[in-house]
Amino acid sequence: MFDFLITFIPRAVAQGIPLLYGCTGEIVTEKSGNLNLGIPGVMYVGGISGVIGSFLYERSLADPSQINPALGILIPLLCCVVGSLLMGLIYCFLTVTLRANQNVTGLALTTFGIGLGNFFGGSLIKLTGADIPSISLTATSNLFRTTLPFAESTGWFGQLFFSYGFLAYAAILIAIGASFFLNRTRLGLQLRAVGEDPATADAAGISITRYKYVATCVGCVIAGLGGLYFVMDYANGIWSNDAFGDRGWLAIALVIFTVWRPGASIPASILFGGLYILHLFIPTGTDLAVKELYKMLPYVVTIIVLIVISTRNKRENQPPEHLGLPYFREDR
Amino acid sequence: MIHVVKRKEMPLGKAMAVRIGIIVLALVVCGVITAIATGLNPIDVYATMIQGSFGSPRKAWILAQEVALLLCVSLALTPAFRMKFWNLGGEGQVLAGGLASAACMILLGDKMPNAALIAVMFLASVAAGALWAAIPAFFKAKFNTNETLFTLMMNYVATQLVAYFVIVWENPKGSGTIGIINQSSEAGWLPVVGGNKYVLIVILVALLTAGMFVYLNYSKQGYELSVVGESPSTARYVGIKVDRVIVRTLLISGAVCGFAGMLLVAGSAHTLSTTIAAGRGFTAVMVAWLAKFNPLIMVGSSALLEFMGHGAGEIATTYGLNQSFGDILTGIILFFIIGTEFFITYRIVFSRKTKQIGEEQGDV
Repeated sequence: MFDFLITFIPRAVAQGIPLLYGCTGEIVTEKSGNLNLGIPGVMYVGGISGVIGSFLYERSLADPSQINPALGILIPLLCCVVGSLLMGLIYCFLTVTLRANQNVTGLALTTFGIGLGNFFGGSLIKLTGADIPSISLTATSNLFRTTLPFAESTGWFGQLFFSYGFLAYAAILIAIGASFFLNRTRLGLQLRAVGEDPATADAAGISITRYKYVATCVGCVIAGLGGLYFVMDYANGIWSNDAFGDRGWLAIALVIFTVWRPGASIPASILFGGLYILHLFIPTGTDLAVKELYKMLPYVVTIIVLIVISTRNKRENQPPEHLGLPYFREDR
Repeated sequence: MIHVVKRKEMPLGKAMAVRIGIIVLALVVCGVITAIATGLNPIDVYATMIQGSFGSPRKAWILAQEVALLLCVSLALTPAFRMKFWNLGGEGQVLAGGLASAACMILLGDKMPNAALIAVMFLASVAAGALWAAIPAFFKAKFNTNETLFTLMMNYVATQLVAYFVIVWENPKGSGTIGIINQSSEAGWLPVVGGNKYVLIVILVALLTAGMFVYLNYSKQGYELSVVGESPSTARYVGIKVDRVIVRTLLISGAVCGFAGMLLVAGSAHTLSTTIAAGRGFTAVMVAWLAKFNPLIMVGSSALLEFMGHGAGEIATTYGLNQSFGDILTGIILFFIIGTEFFITYRIVFSRKTKQIGEEQGDV
């Protein structure tokens, strides 16, 4: 049992980190009252932007194994941030400035983002001229997967806590930071006010537009990093189209599951990561069909949580009051 | 100073003219982007798109069938949207309906005459779709559970359920797919009408469109759900039982989705897979919204999106681009149209500086 946990938990964590990024990003976004259903698309774009950056960089080198560590990390990171930021700006411009319907804009953004990811992914694959339909960025991935030096020597303890790349620790720090920001700072309070009741916040002199823009764009950047982590760390630097799958939607599910608390999203995302891969560990013998039912678990759990929080009707567990609605000062 | 003012309602004709203008503009932008990506001149790009959609009678019929299927899902979502119930679960409801159809075809395929089988399939798929939508509706009505997120999650539960049965009914074993169901007996396949297998679906959806238009605009139930959408408290005040309207409307919404699932399984694909709904549940949200939830205009908006998809697909195959190119173009067009709504609802006023106004008032 102990051995099982030692192999299971690190894999659950690795599965959970992209979800944690997506979830933290979406919580920050939703606290401003924007329900960004474009997150799955944003995560694709975050991933592919990083891939494009490091692909061009690796190709510019004569020997990719001689990669400059600082550039090798900064280039994909920067590309990822810029790519996801642009996606956030499209969403904000349409929903905040032009007050468009958030659901429709979000879904369009997801279509666009996944299309963009698969298109550039496919085009890069063609550039490499390889037979296999994927891009392999081993040198960059090795940088992202560098673990702490003492991870190997500390046995099971090291495997549980030190065996991850830096983006995994960053995800946890960002989640803690977001939790602190939302609950303990003045700006966080004002951001929550914007999501709960923009008219009152507006009357108190808070710029609704600015808060929504900043929160949504920062949220998109955080979510985009999840896409980058997935390609560079989890997938060993191998991009293949549609590999990211439905993790973006799972991240949105996680937001509900954690009832809009970034702090709670750290254990919750690891739990979801575990549920996501549980089917690999359940001994079902030859009955492969049952595995498919296990994959249903994260969604079923989310639905149950959604129902429970609505029946309990506790005020601190509700979605932001103005979630999904545009704000127009003259609409009263 | 720039100032934004809400317009009085823009006449429908003018609003539609603005939208069509924007679609043309978006197509021009898409043409330019494609021209940059492929190095062709934009005219060739459009020619290829038209070629891809209408190049041969078969292509045109396939396009018509795809438009009909997308329209069917959009029609299904419309009553819910008119009630401001964000049913993002079209995907799951279509899958539930498709699953029910496939189950009937596989389990009852050789046990009853074809007409009876199709009737049973119809009932089963409509019931399955309705059930899939009624679950979130019940909790929305009872506890005000967030329907956007609930219906979204139901999609994935349905996907996994289908994935389960795909393996259970695997044929041949180990292939991971069901294959064509009842290939030799064609039991449960919708009949071929007018000498071509696409016609029946188009006719059925055309009838459905007319039916939905009448239901929404000329029936008491259609009126009730609009009132609930505008203001639940007004609805309650005039004696409409809001929770019953919510559940009833979603039963209809889900039932039509289930019907779409049956059309997909029994009418066109003759198989079942997790991707059989192919994102229609989400695309339909945009189709319905673009048409302002008007079933007749939806014919146009679903045709536009399908045309873009097929056209971009043709460009992709002809010039060796990736099939996802179509998604990018669709995304761009949607952004344009979504953005336009602002200029239809609001008007930008460039107001003069207060000082100037003061001076003018001083003159008087």
